[in-house]
Amino acid sequence: MRPILMKGHERPLTFLRYNRDGDMLFSCAKDHTPTLWYADNGERHGTYRGHNGAVWCCDVSRDSSRLITGSADQTAKLWDVKTGQQLFSFKFSSPARSVDFSVGDKLAVITTDPFMEHTSAIHVKRIADDPQDQVGDSVLVLENPEGRKRINRAVWGPLNQTIVSGGEDAVLRIWDAETGKLLKETDKEVGHKQTITSLCKSADDSHFITGSLDKTAKACLWDMRTLTLIKTYTSGVPVNAVSLSPLLDHVVIGGGQDASAVTTTDHRAGKFEAKFYDKILQEEIGGVKGHFGPINALAFNPDGRSFSSGGEDGYVRLHHFDSDYFNIKI
Amino acid sequence: MAELDIDTRAAKLGIDWSQVNLDSIQLPPGENFGIESDDEGVYHDDQLEFDTGFGNIIVVDNLPVVPKTKFEKLENVLKKIYSQLGAIKEKGLWMPVDPNTGMTLGYCFIEFNTPQEAQNAKEKTHGYKLDKSHIFAVNMFDDFDRLMNVKEEWEAPQTKPYVPGENLQKWLTDEKARDQLVTRSGPDTEVFWNDARQKNTELVHKRSYWTESYVQWSPLGTYLVTLHKQGAAVWGGADTFTRLMRYQHNMVKLVDFSPGEKYLVTYHSQEPSNPRDASKVEIKVFDVRTGRMMRDFKGSADEFSIGGPGGVAGASWPVFRWAGGKDDKYFAKLSKNTISVYETETFGLIDKKSIKVDNVVDICWSPTDSILSLFVPEQGGGNQPAKVALVQIPSKVELRQKNLFSVSDCKMYWQSSGEYLAVKVDRYTKTKKSTYSGFELFRIKERDIPIEVLELDNKNDKIIAFAWEPKGHRFAVIHGDQPRPDVSFYTMKTTQHGGRVTKLGTLKAKQANALFWSPTGKYIILAGLKNFNGQLEFFNVDELETMATTEHFMATDIEWDPTGRYVATAVTSVHEMENGFTIWSFNGKLLYRNLKDHFFQLAWRPRPPSFLSPEKEEEIAKNLKKYSKKYELEDQDVSLLLSEQDREKRKALKEEWEKWVKQWKSLHEEEKLARQNLRDGEISDEEEEEDEAKEVKEVEFEDVIDVTEEVVQE
Repeated sequence: MRPILMKGHERPLTFLRYNRDGDMLFSCAKDHTPTLWYADNGERHGTYRGHNGAVWCCDVSRDSSRLITGSADQTAKLWDVKTGQQLFSFKFSSPARSVDFSVGDKLAVITTDPFMEHTSAIHVKRIADDPQDQVGDSVLVLENPEGRKRINRAVWGPLNQTIVSGGEDAVLRIWDAETGKLLKETDKEVGHKQTITSLCKSADDSHFITGSLDKTAKACLWDMRTLTLIKTYTSGVPVNAVSLSPLLDHVVIGGGQDASAVTTTDHRAGKFEAKFYDKILQEEIGGVKGHFGPINALAFNPDGRSFSSGGEDGYVRLHHFDSDYFNIKI
Repeated sequence: MAELDIDTRAAKLGIDWSQVNLDSIQLPPGENFGIESDDEGVYHDDQLEFDTGFGNIIVVDNLPVVPKTKFEKLENVLKKIYSQLGAIKEKGLWMPVDPNTGMTLGYCFIEFNTPQEAQNAKEKTHGYKLDKSHIFAVNMFDDFDRLMNVKEEWEAPQTKPYVPGENLQKWLTDEKARDQLVTRSGPDTEVFWNDARQKNTELVHKRSYWTESYVQWSPLGTYLVTLHKQGAAVWGGADTFTRLMRYQHNMVKLVDFSPGEKYLVTYHSQEPSNPRDASKVEIKVFDVRTGRMMRDFKGSADEFSIGGPGGVAGASWPVFRWAGGKDDKYFAKLSKNTISVYETETFGLIDKKSIKVDNVVDICWSPTDSILSLFVPEQGGGNQPAKVALVQIPSKVELRQKNLFSVSDCKMYWQSSGEYLAVKVDRYTKTKKSTYSGFELFRIKERDIPIEVLELDNKNDKIIAFAWEPKGHRFAVIHGDQPRPDVSFYTMKTTQHGGRVTKLGTLKAKQANALFWSPTGKYIILAGLKNFNGQLEFFNVDELETMATTEHFMATDIEWDPTGRYVATAVTSVHEMENGFTIWSFNGKLLYRNLKDHFFQLAWRPRPPSFLSPEKEEEIAKNLKKYSKKYELEDQDVSLLLSEQDREKRKALKEEWEKWVKQWKSLHEEEKLARQNLRDGEISDEEEEEDEAKEVKEVEFEDVIDVTEEVVQE
């Protein structure tokens, strides 16, 4: 499996996202410019210029017409995927950390960081069909009970009825998307012990996986409705990114030694490896090495035949699986 | 007196309190009006003890009965004897006289200033021979009551029924002949079986906060000692770890067992309040089984170290070095210019005298015999040569000694069965600018203890590590320059030249800085720790061939299991990443890993030495094929069973997952319509998913075609 190295960002990668058809890959980095790539050969298609800060997260609509990005410049922007035009800018008073379109793309959930006197919050915005009608008002604002702790990711639950969030306080919460009521949160004993860095839903929204910096650095699989821990995958290093294969029962976990410690130790100490686990048996299948910094972002192509990883080193590595991969037996 | 009392009293006496100048009042000298000074109470306490306690009075019996004329002379003799041992109080000697005859009664009372002096006088003069017929019988006055109450008739002490204790050696009877190891990580201390067949560990006992600093096995593996604020405790037993005994020693820092694990030495040092003072050291020696303290040693740290100022803070542990063998008969302490050798029968010095050796800096016991090797460096700017000597204990006879010239340092290495002693000698070159090393090899078991000098092929090579083969005749040396030193093997015995040391071979440019022989010999691990990031080379010295070269990245510790079958390598919490341990087979095959954060310590449980005679062992080694058959079969069974279990476990997991997914699928189905509505009537995703699945199958097929095409191209 020879990876395609995609060098287009000048700063560490933060997020990767495929569109539903699996032909386009959106990448976000700390260098202000989200980039669109051809998911097949890794050629750059174009960039989205307009942000004035690190871009933390993005999501693309089901029909691949709209892109939403969240940035440290305290805005979340809507873009026209095809033209690269900025359609709207949601302004906040603190950096926007994560964005997610609802089923049907009529709503978007955006989380904001704690900043100065502002506590972390989850905002729900209505996305208008016609960008001319777009307004910046929030439909709903959810205040994090642990206001000084960042929320790293918030996504929609089944049928847009709930919102699932996780962040620095290591607790996963399910909110009612209508009323904003907190429905459920995870038990400290069962869940993660440290910052939840990433969250990825399964293709059918039935479960999701979270990665955390906690000591055992595990990724957990949660029942989306009941928030029960089903599986734990133990990695030796802090986890920054997780992804679920839509095709096989595999999960992929990426991370590595904290970037600030990289220069002080041997390169082998970092473990900058995308590790594959069997989703059901929780056993490690293998790993894909290559990055020379921690892995910050992982995404599976919706067809499950390729995946890409983005690292602190500024590279996106696009891997098309060999045929052997589909015949792995353990 | 409370202020209120004072006011009322003053009002009663008609004194205007505000008019009184307190400072002007002068008390008559010597009068205190019954007001006690604060420190007077302390003084009183002392006084009380002096007045009422009879602890400082001794009774001396069996004195000569003398008439009045000789009374004074006898009194003077007694005063002379006892004033040497302590200060006799004024009028503290009282010899009663028979009022009828005027003769003395043959005993006297002597009062000392302190009970300690009295005790000392009693111990020193009990049995003192004044002359043939007058042997002193000295008792403490306070003891008389007790002695009077002793019953005249002897009563047989009740025999306690025998309670069989636990089999402390039960772990040795493990059916699968596994070994145990203890690990500390985070707050947990855990004892495991190393189940190499299952490629995993099996927990024996786990406890959080079991110890406050570290744990240690006793040398024969019977006990596990834990350290606490109040002292040390030993644990062991048949099935699980129960506390067998406690040893009270506040703030104990270090412990050490005698080699036969009869005694436990505990160490505590107190940092001085004044940084210029030496720290205080307290060492206690306990009997392991009874828990009785046999002796304690107290003093400043200087008395327990030879480093002097600028040396190590506190003493180098173990302070007391035990003579080899299982008898635990002698232990020695090195201090400035003296070697104190104690015997455990009395816990006193042998012959009540230390051995005086000027400037001695290092001592080392033979691991099997009571022979002490010692090293004295050069003195007088090289006028007096350095010396290595072997001293037989308890006779203190010097068995052999060798003078060495222009020596900068010496290090002594005993071979584990006490047959050889290697002394690594660092000598100055002629210019005195650098040093080079050589070895003096003593053959202890041969007549007259012949000494052989060995120099490396390249005299200037630095010696990085040295290790004897346990129970064997070979040794390994790492020498040369970092980062790629050489490793050489030598033997003390060869068929060609019996009594000569011969080189077996040299491995060039190895990434190694530490040597770990298997406890059974033959195999050795050349390890590159620290700078080398945990390079491991498993080497067979019999065949002089490398069995495996691997790496346990960042490994800090390497320990062979006591049987030499497995090796544990560990990354302890000096590194942040990848803490935990890895178990290897003796030939360098990775068996399993066990990751644990904040990993502090790993220690195999030692085994007592085998009861088999060397001949028997040899016979077994010869017929190994015969014996191993049985175990190979067992291994096979286990691996079959294991895969069976694994399969079943996997099946169960899969089923569980399927069940769960099915449940979800039905829910998903129910929501289909709602989802469709949310998407403005777009088709439901299930259908699409099926489409995708089909697509994927096609793609896989394409892939296969691709492969065949490539073959054609070739």
